Amino acid sequence: MNKKKLGKQKARLLDPAALQEVQKLLSDMPRRKDLLIEALHLIQDEYHFISAKHVVALASEMKLSHTEVYEVATFYHHFDVIKEDQTPPPTLTVRVCESVTCEMYGAKKLTENLKQLFTDGSVTSEQIRIQAVPCVGRCQHAPVAVVGKNPIDQATPESVKQCVEKNEILPTLPQYVNFAEYQQSGGYQLFQDCLSGKRDAESVILELKNSGLRGLGGAGFPVGSKWEIVRKFPEPRLMAVNIDEGEPGTFKDRYYLETDPHRFLEGSLIAAWAVGIKEIYIYLRDEYTAAREILLREIEELQSAFPEILPEIHLRRGAGAYICGEESAMIESIEGKRGIPRLRPPYVAEVGLFGRPTLEHNMETLHWVRDIIEKGAESFSSHGRRDRKGLRAFSISGRVNKPGVHLAPAGISMRELIDEYCGGMLTGHSFYGYFPGGASGGMLPASLGDLPLDFDTLQEHGCFIGSAAVIVFSDHDKARELALNSMRFFAHESCGQCTPCRVGTVKAIPLMEQKYWNKSLLEELSQTMEDASICGLGQAAPNPLRSVIKYFPKEV
Amino acid sequence: METISFELNGQTLDALDGETILQVADRSGIKDIPRLCYKEGYRADGNCRSCVVEIEGERVLAPSCCRYPQHGMKVNSKSKRAIHSQKMVLELLLTDMPEAGKSPYTPNSELDQWVEKMGLSEPRFSRRIQPELDNSHPAMSVNMDACIQCTRCVRACREVQVNDVIGMAFRGSHAEIVFDLGDPMGDSTCVACGECVQACPTGALMPANNVGLEEVDKKVESVCPYCGVGCLLTYHVKDKKILRVEGRKGPANEERLCVKGRYGFDYVHHPDRLKKPLIRLKDAQKTTELLDPKDWHKVFREASWEEALDFAASSFNNIRDKNGPDALAAFGCAKGSNEEAYLLQKLVRTGFGTNNIDHCTRLCHASSVSALLEGIGSGAVSNPFTDVKDAEVIFLIGANPISNHPVAATFMKNAVKNGKKLILMDPRRTELSRHATYNLQFRPDTDVAMLNSLMHVIVAEGLCDEKYITEHTTDFDKLKANVAEYSPEIVSPICGIPAETLREVARTFATAESSIILWGMGISQHIHGTDNSRCLIALSLMTGQIGRPGTGLHPLRGQNNVQGTSDMGLIPMFFPDYKSVTDPEIKKWFEDFWGTSLNPKKGLTVVEIVDAVHSGGVKGMYVQGENPAMSDPNLNHARSALAMLDHLVVQDIFLTETAGFADVILPASAFPEKSGTFTNSNRQVQLGRQAIDPPGDARQDWWIIQEVGRRLGLEWNYESPEKIFSEVRKATPSMAGITWERLQKEHSVTYPCTKEGDPGEPIIFQNGFPTENKKARFVPAKYSHADEMPDQEFPFVFITSRQLEHWHTGSMTRRATVLNAIEPFPVVHVHPDDLKKLGVEAGDAVTLESRRGKISTYARQDLGVQPGNLFMAFGYNESAANLITTSVLDPFGKIPEVKFCAVKMSAGGLPEKRIG
Repeated sequence: MNKKKLGKQKARLLDPAALQEVQKLLSDMPRRKDLLIEALHLIQDEYHFISAKHVVALASEMKLSHTEVYEVATFYHHFDVIKEDQTPPPTLTVRVCESVTCEMYGAKKLTENLKQLFTDGSVTSEQIRIQAVPCVGRCQHAPVAVVGKNPIDQATPESVKQCVEKNEILPTLPQYVNFAEYQQSGGYQLFQDCLSGKRDAESVILELKNSGLRGLGGAGFPVGSKWEIVRKFPEPRLMAVNIDEGEPGTFKDRYYLETDPHRFLEGSLIAAWAVGIKEIYIYLRDEYTAAREILLREIEELQSAFPEILPEIHLRRGAGAYICGEESAMIESIEGKRGIPRLRPPYVAEVGLFGRPTLEHNMETLHWVRDIIEKGAESFSSHGRRDRKGLRAFSISGRVNKPGVHLAPAGISMRELIDEYCGGMLTGHSFYGYFPGGASGGMLPASLGDLPLDFDTLQEHGCFIGSAAVIVFSDHDKARELALNSMRFFAHESCGQCTPCRVGTVKAIPLMEQKYWNKSLLEELSQTMEDASICGLGQAAPNPLRSVIKYFPKEV
Repeated sequence: METISFELNGQTLDALDGETILQVADRSGIKDIPRLCYKEGYRADGNCRSCVVEIEGERVLAPSCCRYPQHGMKVNSKSKRAIHSQKMVLELLLTDMPEAGKSPYTPNSELDQWVEKMGLSEPRFSRRIQPELDNSHPAMSVNMDACIQCTRCVRACREVQVNDVIGMAFRGSHAEIVFDLGDPMGDSTCVACGECVQACPTGALMPANNVGLEEVDKKVESVCPYCGVGCLLTYHVKDKKILRVEGRKGPANEERLCVKGRYGFDYVHHPDRLKKPLIRLKDAQKTTELLDPKDWHKVFREASWEEALDFAASSFNNIRDKNGPDALAAFGCAKGSNEEAYLLQKLVRTGFGTNNIDHCTRLCHASSVSALLEGIGSGAVSNPFTDVKDAEVIFLIGANPISNHPVAATFMKNAVKNGKKLILMDPRRTELSRHATYNLQFRPDTDVAMLNSLMHVIVAEGLCDEKYITEHTTDFDKLKANVAEYSPEIVSPICGIPAETLREVARTFATAESSIILWGMGISQHIHGTDNSRCLIALSLMTGQIGRPGTGLHPLRGQNNVQGTSDMGLIPMFFPDYKSVTDPEIKKWFEDFWGTSLNPKKGLTVVEIVDAVHSGGVKGMYVQGENPAMSDPNLNHARSALAMLDHLVVQDIFLTETAGFADVILPASAFPEKSGTFTNSNRQVQLGRQAIDPPGDARQDWWIIQEVGRRLGLEWNYESPEKIFSEVRKATPSMAGITWERLQKEHSVTYPCTKEGDPGEPIIFQNGFPTENKKARFVPAKYSHADEMPDQEFPFVFITSRQLEHWHTGSMTRRATVLNAIEPFPVVHVHPDDLKKLGVEAGDAVTLESRRGKISTYARQDLGVQPGNLFMAFGYNESAANLITTSVLDPFGKIPEVKFCAVKMSAGGLPEKRIG
């Protein structure tokens, strides 16, 4: 007779001390289901892990079952759920990025060295753990290691060690255009004009349509049309701004956030006005700590400046899941659930956040709204090369002299970008190939380095521009290694919902590790992943491997 | 009806509203689209992707299980692209199975079936590292190496049964099915409803001990013997034994079951089953000590049926002739069939010549029924509990359906998930509380005050349905006057609920489009149980929340056939169909029908009979399938009555605690061993079909009753339950329209069904009430308290309660392997603060004592219990809760107040030795 078992109801008891701790942390946060992830962050931030006791206490507070909390917490890699028989992690985590560009710049070696370093250094392995993580959005500074929340660019074991020893675990905020400065140079004037009636929604939408502005997160849906569509659905309507920027190679959103954050905020407000939206949810990836700090401050300033007239603005944190950059998965995450993409139809415009019609935009898309409306559609659409229209903020990284965000005409070619914007290839490196649109956009050889880079121009080559995350690789690199890196990334980030992606990504890896690839089998697998996956992650995951087979056949 | 015309594989099909491509295909005979995560009756999830089809004009393939056809859509399930992906998905899933193409866990793996249909061979990918197996649960095995992450089990647990134990944790290829926080199933909050096992397509979740792999000899469609939900099920029989049970689609359960129905069936095969008639040895004294069945030979000897029946009947005859018919009494069995109940009450009335026939309804809803008969002329439910799906507001008071009517509770949880409001009123918080919109954990015994305050608010704020009151009720003025003093402010300190909450609840109930009231023993088992029910009836009537879908009054009937046995007149004041025994016209009718004169006095009720035994009024008893030595209140008093009887005949399947007092024991048939009709809480008359034979020389209950009856002088020649049923129909106008053939065909028919061909009426009182003036009557109730209030010496309130795994006196469930494995020991639920004060740890032994008796049991800490309250189930003979309960009765319903008595609790003690 097990006295312990006899003396209590099944499974875990609510621990009164843990309950008090959770209540204290949550304070007056409403105990709403959609705030589950925010609540988990509070616990993780405070204790550096989430114990079983806290899971139970949180479940009790939110009237959820234990597994409802557990399954959400374990979905996101930034939450460490520690059960009774497990050891809590050290308080300090050093995250070493292992995605495409960082791998090119020696991420694996860096990780190894760091692990070595801290076994015999002044900081013990009980106090620190080294984690290999996917793209942290700083590809132009590869390789990157994040000490706590402090990113170390061009990281070396020494620079990381120093940072750890000095306990510099928070980022320094970059210089950016703050509210006062933004307003002084004309910011929010357009927004006020809209509200006061100097502008009307129809003409604003028309201007956007004429500009040809399309969604810059990757899907490329025409912006003006999207506003029109959502506007027709019944109220209340909501807005969701996607700053989950997780595509390997992409860092443009962070760039604009850390230099000129109000521009997208104003764009959001204008969109909310034009479409008739009273609540805006901004979803920011958790890795962008500095950006979060900036946004918290600047949104507060904005709200103090316009106390009565703004829509409600909610800032939500991601928790380490690339898939939450997919619009419907992001919406699920805002609803406090696992980031699992939804089946479409119905589309998000009609049934979105909390079941309401939702206008969803990548942050950068909104960043351009003010300029286009103030300066006119032509100011945007008149740019372009090779008969393409508009501007594109390319995040460029890899074997070039000047990686970074480069604003260039749509339709520009890779070679032109390298020569005109990036200061040419690194010394000793010759142009071999490139990713035109992040890990999911596929790979192209140098022989196709003159293609126009824009929406719709690369599909026939099995690629796409996506978020314009360009990674340039050289004869120092192997395309198959980079493709394998990409597939590992997708396997790591797959939400696990559907068979083609969950199983396909993982089954592709050993096949891609073989010296000679089973091309027909890989193609069969790729076809199903493309045809039958629920969302873009699974559909695009085979792109790099298909590119290698098509354009770098000698390697496999 | 509007249909949507589209093309599938070149063929034009018409889709009905709400049909997906897959459903249209199946309906049209195109059944070769693979599917795995799709399960009919469950929400389609579209995650496996094996059902993908090509739709002209779309970039990617679409899941046919989730797509609705549009006009003119062109779909191809057999295009190269579609077939390629259908097969590749199957191949990918097959790769990770323990054995390609042949699941070791089920002969019916749906994955294997589709692999074969689609002509797949060996998978070409490398297999995952397999997860470990989990055999921690007595009823179910967890084989995650066969899991295809289809989430059917997640939907089973989270959307169908809403037990919320199963989750999908982690992500990507690490995504795994978990219980609670990734715990072994046997250690989790899993309630073993088995829905996930029933849902799993590959045997990743399967019945334990490989019983799912065995081929069966036959499958018999029947009903569950446990509670008043009346789930339909299928017995899988092998070698004349029940191997396992599956859920079957029924109006009260869809396909759901709970742990008892699904896994609690092997009591029928327990070695303790009575196989031969037993007669008490001449010098075996009757004491109040319980007889351990192992020691049966010390007290009884085996006898032939002839001898046993002769002896049983002749002693009844002697007592009847010497002391008069009213010196005899009988307790019938609410688990038995309608046919058995009808025969037994007929035997008592025409054979004994008395109306001293009663059964456990007396301990259950007697007060509810008396209030209902008084107020609206009918004691049965007005709407089925499944109507919660149509109700805007579900008002549940004094009931614990999570434990006692689990499948009914799933419908309530489904309704809440669909946005309906649940008002839960109970002194104890259970797993259901989490789902409640309003959780009123009020002080025990304060129901009348609390309910009157709700009515006060409704009157004060003008929320009554004046039209309904005028057209359908009388005496509203009396009620209005009565509730005037019960303002929320005055009542709040009495019941412990904030006044504002009382107001909100009242408004919510009254203003909803449809509100339904369900209740249980918390309302009925009080000396003011009738008053409690009067309040519920008034609440319903004054707001017009009755006589329509999603409204009404539903006292949740406990036993699987207690509705039926009451309908059959197995009660002292009514003939079948609630016709009063004291009404001369009705008596004449039955005298003609049964061809004999009948006793004009109404009989004694259960507790009154016990008292009558003590006073010498009753000397002989016939107990069929009842266990008063465990279920009666104040057991010392009840057991000594049993020991005092001159002659006690017990007809049962086990040597129960009651049988130990018998002079004759007649071995009877268990539920799966008989065919008969059983009426659930929804007034659905359902057919139980015999699946196996009784063991040894045990016989059918109806046969035994007939044999006893014959020896009492009754010329009975019933040949079968079917024949008995045809007589039942004649005696019970409400059921007159139901035929045995129809039951065989439809399995379930709702009454009233007065003429053949009537569909049956699930919702009654749509046009008035079965009273003389067709109106309902308000009967006001004044707040009064329980009989035995806690005091210095006995400071705790003791409340009998229910357990999920055990049924009532435990005679069946403690002999069911799985059920007893989950909860083998008696416990009392105590608030941790009370344990601390006593210096006792959870799991320690404690002794509970009242003015009537003393028991020792183990303390289980429960934050859902209010400090000062103790909750305990009454089915453990080593720790029989009814030894300390009170037998004081509600004056109208004659139900004892087992929900409230005063006890003291001390540390230490040891439960008695368990018998049986």
